[in-house]
Amino acid sequence: MAEIALQDVTKRYPDGFEAVKHMNLDISDGEFMILVGPSGCGKSTALRMIAGLEDISDGKLVIGGETVNDLAPKDRDIAMVFQNYALYPHMTVRENMGFALKLAKTDKGEIDRKVGEAAKILDLEQHLERKPANLSGGQRQRVAMGRAIVRDPSAFLMDEPLSNLDAKLRVQMRTEVARIQQSLGTTMVYVTHDQTEAMTLGDRVAVMRGGIIQQVASPKELYERPKNLFVAGFIGSPAMNFMPGRIEGDSIKLPFGDAKLPDELRQRLEAGDGGKAREVIAGVRPEHFEAAEIAGAEHAGVRFKTKIDVLESMGSELYAYFTIEGQTQSDQLTELAEDAGLSDLPGAENASQVVARLDPEADVRQGAEADLILDTSKIQLFDPDGGKSLTVG
Amino acid sequence: MQETGRQKVLWTIGIVVVILYALIPVIWIASLSVKDPATLAEGGFWPKKFSLENYKGIFDSSDFVYALLNSIGIAMIATLISIFLAALAAYALSRLEFRGKSVILAGSLAIAMFPPISIVGSLFEVWRTLGLFDTWAGLIIPYMTFTLPLAIYTLSAFFREIPWELEQAAQIDGATPFQAFQKVIVPLAAPGVFTAAILVFIFAWNDFLFATVLTSTNSSRTVPAALAFFTGDSQFSDPTGAIAAAAVVVTVPIIIMVLIFQRRIVAGLTAGAVKG
Repeated sequence: MAEIALQDVTKRYPDGFEAVKHMNLDISDGEFMILVGPSGCGKSTALRMIAGLEDISDGKLVIGGETVNDLAPKDRDIAMVFQNYALYPHMTVRENMGFALKLAKTDKGEIDRKVGEAAKILDLEQHLERKPANLSGGQRQRVAMGRAIVRDPSAFLMDEPLSNLDAKLRVQMRTEVARIQQSLGTTMVYVTHDQTEAMTLGDRVAVMRGGIIQQVASPKELYERPKNLFVAGFIGSPAMNFMPGRIEGDSIKLPFGDAKLPDELRQRLEAGDGGKAREVIAGVRPEHFEAAEIAGAEHAGVRFKTKIDVLESMGSELYAYFTIEGQTQSDQLTELAEDAGLSDLPGAENASQVVARLDPEADVRQGAEADLILDTSKIQLFDPDGGKSLTVG
Repeated sequence: MQETGRQKVLWTIGIVVVILYALIPVIWIASLSVKDPATLAEGGFWPKKFSLENYKGIFDSSDFVYALLNSIGIAMIATLISIFLAALAAYALSRLEFRGKSVILAGSLAIAMFPPISIVGSLFEVWRTLGLFDTWAGLIIPYMTFTLPLAIYTLSAFFREIPWELEQAAQIDGATPFQAFQKVIVPLAAPGVFTAAILVFIFAWNDFLFATVLTSTNSSRTVPAALAFFTGDSQFSDPTGAIAAAAVVVTVPIIIMVLIFQRRIVAGLTAGAVKG
């Protein structure tokens, strides 16, 4: 059991590239902390620095009250699960899981007992004498976790442990990871690319971009009160819709029409720059749209008609895609699109696609006009210059 | 690709030709070795009268027995040392970034290209001065030197195949770098280690040049050199039968070694380490 603190930690490579820049993060004892971000954001490097597999160029890493910058991995009392599991192929499952204890010269009976316990937790008892090559992906993944659990370390480090599993198994193992962490109560640092994992697993989530932590908060907080465009766009699936908007007085011009700004937001804007007219980027979550006949006529919001390009039915909900005029320009959004592989998709000039999550009962059809309502009280506004949220202080 | 009957026939013929081409001399030597000494000169391919007289002859002569012991000892020691050093060197080359890495690789390759005949003369002088002439060490050192580059190349190729994460996992599990190397990397690179070991052993076992030049007596002369010094029972008799028998005797260990290690040289030993 231990808390982990990164104090101004920087990773600089010999060529001058900084993978992690002045990272500050306090992870309390027993906390499930998630590091999430697109490829190359420095999350794995940060984890590997905690593990001791990468040198720390600058700053201090404290585990359990002790500065461990110069300690070898084996002296840090941490266990790590690798993305590709890194099981020892020439050892059986039992030997794999007991390897650390054997190196620590634990006596044989104790090793057997601990391996047995871990195998029971992970449902691996009947596979103990098999070699990793004869195991399925999910079983290998569990052996990798078992290898960590057996050690009873002060912290678990997990580097995208589920990314090699197929979708169905991933969901199952996700609950498994949550269950294990809860029952063991060990501090866990979990790196993932997948915002769903981040949202469902973590006590707190640190969103990273370009080696810098953008926001550290609970999943709910990240979802509802993102501090900038990047966090807003990264967290949530389907992603938040972004569109250009213009603030004029107490209302905002959106591609769908004009809406009154919520009082609180207007006051904040006025306190900032006196409420001058200005361009903003408006962010709208898909669930803040609804079909007009479902929402009811008395619903406060902007009501508009649009042609639905594509309609996807998920059974419990409908995803309606439609196009609006105007595009948003932000390097943060470009980066997100690149990470999602969307940047190569052909898109119409000066138009952007919007997705709305509608009630399955809604009367909308692909290719037809639909009558939608946008809940304007939930709109998030961002500064086009730098992407900082205007909604969240 | 679907093979037509014609292709099959052509392939079969080709394979048979190659096998015959490679094996006929070997079969002939084997056949010679079991011919009765009196019928050796008859010229028939197959022995008319089967006899183990030649084998008895060579094992009765102390020259051959000593040479055989020398060969086994020298080749094995050279192999062990060479593989041990090559494993450490290859590990460093495959895992570390350091100054002069390319120089070492190029240098070792240059040594492998170096014709032994060009140094053997001066080596003779140096060895005599150093007292290494006609000793086991005097042969082990050049064998090791000439096989190291090949062993380093083979092993570093195998080491590179082993995922980094395995060592890192071992480190996290509490292994020192040497423990990680010894308990994880070497067992996984076993096929590479065996491949390299066979190559080194065969080089040392087969060498004729160093063995003739750098030895003078039974104390270190190996079989290939000893064969050249075989004499018949008398000044006028031809040692053909004895040479044939000795040639068969030195070939057998190589064949056995390759057969044993071939089983270990199986691909896919690392299967299951990381995702499939």
